[in-house]
Amino acid sequence: MTIVKIPPVLRQAVGGERTVQAAGTTVGEVLGNLCDQHPAVGAQILTPEGDLHKYVNVYVNDEDARLLQWTDTPVGTGDTVLILPAMAGGSR
Amino acid sequence: MRLTQAQADALVAHARAEFPNECCGLIAGRDGTATRVLPATNAEGTPFMYVMDPREQMQLMDDIETADEDLVAIYHSHTRSAAYPSRTDVELAFFPEPLYVIVSLQQPDQPVIRAFRLTRSAPEGEQVAEETLEVV
Repeated sequence: MTIVKIPPVLRQAVGGERTVQAAGTTVGEVLGNLCDQHPAVGAQILTPEGDLHKYVNVYVNDEDARLLQWTDTPVGTGDTVLILPAMAGGSR
Repeated sequence: MRLTQAQADALVAHARAEFPNECCGLIAGRDGTATRVLPATNAEGTPFMYVMDPREQMQLMDDIETADEDLVAIYHSHTRSAAYPSRTDVELAFFPEPLYVIVSLQQPDQPVIRAFRLTRSAPEGEQVAEETLEVV
């Protein structure tokens, strides 16, 4: 099981927890398992097609997952995954 | 939400300092009253887009939580358009609880600050709700 750190914005969606355990061998599987356990998280971080939103950042043990292998990054027991939706927008 | 005049001035000063690019940052507070304005880096650094540097975002959010404050608002500037959320602002509004504060420098000598609650998952037409912003 991987530890998923939940930022304040997503805590209500997981019943107020700061961390949640999720199963899987890759970042994508772990996030998929998290969204299965807590569908309200999926509503916030996934696109309508079910992909991880481009503006949601994911860190594995403090490393930017996009600089690793993104959703294919291997994870396991003892690893920590942090989800961080971006603060972003634009005038166009 | 409530801001002091000095905090409102700090928002405008940040917007002017980053002009022509958009600025961004956070407003910490309690019970809707701002306690601190926390400027951040726009990692995108363009006149048309803001993306808060994610590491800074993480640090500032931790800092606010550690200080037992609330994230009252996320602010950014519009340098050429009105203080009203764009379609992109709404699409990327991942945070339903804090307000989104926009500082417009469309008329450089008459900056405008407005606050909105943005709900990206709401039906079209119900995603933007203006909130009262008092300068006290």
